[in-house]
Amino acid sequence: MDLSSYTLEVAHEWDQGTLDNGGEMGMELKPNRRSSRAYWAPFVAGGALGLTLLLTFYLTGHGLGASGAYTGATAALLEAVAPGSAQNNSYLSSYITPGRSPLYSWIVFEVLGVMVGGFLGAVTAGRLKRQIERGPSIGRGSRLTLAFAGGLVMGFATRLARGCTSGQALSGGAAMALGSWAFMLAVFAGGFLAAPFVRREWQ
Amino acid sequence: MSGPLEVQGLLSEAWRLALGFVAGLLFGFFLERAGFGSARKLTGVFYLKDFAVPKVMLSAILVAMVGLLALGRASLLDLDLLAAMPTYIWPQLAGGLLLGIGFVVGGYCPGTSAVAAASGKWDALVFMAGLVTGIFGFAELFDRLESFYFSGDLGDVTLADWTGLPPAGVVFLLLLMAGAAFWLIGRIERRPRKDEGDLGEYTGRSDAVLGTGGAQS
Repeated sequence: MDLSSYTLEVAHEWDQGTLDNGGEMGMELKPNRRSSRAYWAPFVAGGALGLTLLLTFYLTGHGLGASGAYTGATAALLEAVAPGSAQNNSYLSSYITPGRSPLYSWIVFEVLGVMVGGFLGAVTAGRLKRQIERGPSIGRGSRLTLAFAGGLVMGFATRLARGCTSGQALSGGAAMALGSWAFMLAVFAGGFLAAPFVRREWQ
Repeated sequence: MSGPLEVQGLLSEAWRLALGFVAGLLFGFFLERAGFGSARKLTGVFYLKDFAVPKVMLSAILVAMVGLLALGRASLLDLDLLAAMPTYIWPQLAGGLLLGIGFVVGGYCPGTSAVAAASGKWDALVFMAGLVTGIFGFAELFDRLESFYFSGDLGDVTLADWTGLPPAGVVFLLLLMAGAAFWLIGRIERRPRKDEGDLGEYTGRSDAVLGTGGAQS
């Protein structure tokens, strides 16, 4: 029997480990229509990202970013809700150009590209799926609460560090900036420190 | 044509923004292909279960770093015109620590949450709302944080300046260290697993068992 066009579906998407025990639990063979493509090998994806970063440096003189776009969005949102409030804020005022929306900036266009690129990637790989990603032993409400809390801490952290994993770690790292490499080590330290406390969220 | 184009005034505003969109498009697509639209894959490294994050990040940085040096040597890119990356060591260390905590609690970072939200993850959308709220909080507290924000100012110092090595020497050392890191990761990946119901590396395909390199035994 030719199995290549069939997918071995496991009852719980994340529960592939059950296969180690003889593979009897909740599996069935289904035609391969719905299966998603595999991710690229890490070094292939990393190489492609590195070349994209290099191209960006060649074109603009700076690297890729992400958190700056969220800062622009924050300033735009504040200006929409209470005109003048971002303009009068000692931090956000640098994101305001008179007569121009904070959204009309290079990094906002770049992050819009990231969303479209991510969407195209998910569609072409069969991974476009409405879901709340979480481990098997956490509820939706708890996961969403932690997602918001994590975002809150990270939003604050990106401003303190002057960038995130894109602008500091990748771009600053490639430009050999000392602070970016120190930042990167601190990110991994913070992640490993906090990981045991939220193990149930993922594992 | 020698770069960077924008700094030399070779790009109109419209081209600048359009090319920013295109760069983002490639960035987002490759992040998705790396598996970085998945919070469980991203956080896997902190449980020693999935090492895509350090593998992808280190290889991307090294490719771009070697590329920058090579383009500079070939006079295709004027490295002196690249944007300065100032080091403020204390806020960068503190921000990095906090960012790492937010990463494992929230599951994403700003770029990857955009990819995940675009592939249908509601938790990523909520994470993005958290980001905006956190940035707002920072802006509100900025007057009190300002002195710390500018502390540890070392200027535009690179690893080459800091070590006194030539840039190519730094690249060589970093390649050696990356090699050591990948070797160590390989050892961890191949170690026998005790805990039952272990995921193995999450490959993103539901037919991982029949495919190549899926669930590990």
